Amino acid sequence: MVSSILYAIKEAFLQVGRNKGMSLASIFSITAMLLILGVFFAFIVNVNVAMEGAKQEYDTVQIYLLNDTDETSVRQMLDTLNALPEVKEAVYLPKEEALEQWKSQWGDSGYLLDSLAENPLPNAIVVNVQDLAGADAVVAKAKTFEGVEDILYYKETVEKLISITDSVKIATMIMMIFLVIVSIVVVSNTIKLTVQARGREIEIMKYVGATNWFIRGPFLVEGILIGLFSSAISCGIVALIYSKVIELVGDDLLLIIGIPLVPFEFLTTNLAVIFIALGVSIGAAGSVFSMRRYLDT
Amino acid sequence: MIEFKDVTKYYKSNIGLENVSVKIDKGDFLFLVGPSGAGKSTFIKLILKEIDADSGSITFGDKDITKLSNRDIPKLRRGIGIVFQDFRLLPKKTVFENVAFAMQIVHCTKRTIRRQVPQVLALVGIENKADKYPDELSAGEQQRVAIARAIVNNPTVLIADEPTGNLDPDTAWGIMRLLENINSRGTTIVMVTHAKDIVDKMAKRVVAIENGHIVRDEFGTYGYENDSRGIDEEGALGKYGQ
Repeated sequence: MVSSILYAIKEAFLQVGRNKGMSLASIFSITAMLLILGVFFAFIVNVNVAMEGAKQEYDTVQIYLLNDTDETSVRQMLDTLNALPEVKEAVYLPKEEALEQWKSQWGDSGYLLDSLAENPLPNAIVVNVQDLAGADAVVAKAKTFEGVEDILYYKETVEKLISITDSVKIATMIMMIFLVIVSIVVVSNTIKLTVQARGREIEIMKYVGATNWFIRGPFLVEGILIGLFSSAISCGIVALIYSKVIELVGDDLLLIIGIPLVPFEFLTTNLAVIFIALGVSIGAAGSVFSMRRYLDT
Repeated sequence: MIEFKDVTKYYKSNIGLENVSVKIDKGDFLFLVGPSGAGKSTFIKLILKEIDADSGSITFGDKDITKLSNRDIPKLRRGIGIVFQDFRLLPKKTVFENVAFAMQIVHCTKRTIRRQVPQVLALVGIENKADKYPDELSAGEQQRVAIARAIVNNPTVLIADEPTGNLDPDTAWGIMRLLENINSRGTTIVMVTHAKDIVDKMAKRVVAIENGHIVRDEFGTYGYENDSRGIDEEGALGKYGQ
C-alpha cells in the first residue's frame, strides 16, 4: 500500500517533468480559470457583506408613539412585542436619545441640531425582528396599539436587497460550476496526452495484472499536482490584487458607501482553502475522466 | 488447469467461438493453430478475461472465470504470463527495469526484485544485457526479455501469441528451446503460431480452430500448408488491449 503510493508520487513527478510543456499549459489554463473565479469571489464576498450590513440596518420596525403616551402603556407594548416569537428584541427609544444618535451620526456637523428649538423627534419603540418574514406580524400587532402615531418599516428596500443578493449568489454558482467544468476538461485533456503516450505501458501493466488503481495512481497524483500548482499561483495573484485594491480604494469606499471592504486576511485564507480544494478536485476529476476509456476491461 | 466447457462467443457480425470444449492440463505444451480469424485470439482473450463468453464456462485452476468480477481480473492475470509477436517492451526502460516493472506491479520488495530479476535473465540467457535498452538488442534478445517479464512472477500458464513471428528461423528455434525449458519446469504453455516447421518438429499437442470450432486436437503436426510464418493480422500490433 505505502509502496504503491510512493510509486505513484514518484511516477507523477517524473511525468510532469517529462511532459513540461503540456503540464505548464494546463497549469496556465487552470490558473487563468481560478483567477477569474478568485476575482469574482472577492467581489461577491464584498457585495454579500455589504448587503448583510445594509439588511441589518433596515431590518427593524420602528413604531413612533404619540407624545402623550404614558409610561405604563409603553411598558405594556414592549411586553406584548417581546412576547411575540418573531421579535428578537423590542426597546424603547426616547426622543432625547434619538436626537443624540442623530447628532452623533452627523458627526462634526452635529452642532447644527443644537439650534433646534424643540426636539422634532417622536418617542419610539425599535423592534429587531428574528427574521424578515416575521416583520409583517409585528407591524400588524403594532397597528392594534393605542397611542401609535406611525409605523415605519423598510419592507420594500429589504426585499429588494434580498432579491439582489439571491440573484448575485445564483450567478456566482453558475459561473463557478461553468469554470470548474472547463477546468476539468482542460486537465483531462492534458492527462489524456500523457495517458496516450503511455498507452502501451498501461496495456502491458494490465496484462501483467496491475489493478486499475495501481495504474491510475500516478496519473491521479499528476492531476492533483497540476491543480495544486495552479491554485497556489492564482491564490497568490488574487491576494496581490486584493491588497492593492484595499490600498487604493478601501478608504474611499468606506467614506462613500459607509461599508468597509472585507479584511485581507479573512478573504485570502478563505480563498486559499477554496482554491486548494477546487484545484485538487479539478485535477483528480480530470485525470480519472481521462483514464476511463483505458481502464474499461 | 484450464477447461472450456461449451463456450460460445459471438461478435456482432461473426462467430468468435461456438460450443468449444477443451481441457488443458497442468504442464501441457499446446499449439493453437488455424487460419486468421478462426477464433484463436478469441480463445486467448477469453482466458485472459479480456472479453466475456456469451455462454459456457471456463475454469482456470479451480475458479470459473466467467463468474469472476472485474475487480478480480488483475489477480487472474498474475497467474498468466503473456508474450507477444511484437515483444511489447517499454523502450525507455532498461532490460532490468522492463522485467522489474512486472514485479513492482505485484508489490514485490526492492530486495526481492534485485535478487530475482538477474536469475530470470540468466534463465532466458541474457544475464549480460541487464543494463541495455530494448533498441540495443536483437529481435531474439528482445523476445527473451519479454519472456523473462512474462515468467518472473511464476505464472502457472504462459501464453505465447506468435512469439516467433518476427524472428528468423535460427532465432525462432532458440526461443522454442527456451519455451520448452520453461515448460519442463512445470509451466503450462499455450502457443499460437503459424509456423509449420516448428509445430511439426516439436511434436506437441496441436489444437486447430476453424470458424470458431475446434476441428482437430491431437499430438502431431501442423496440418496446414506453411502459410508464411508471422503474417497474421490477428497477432499484429494493437489487437489486444484497448
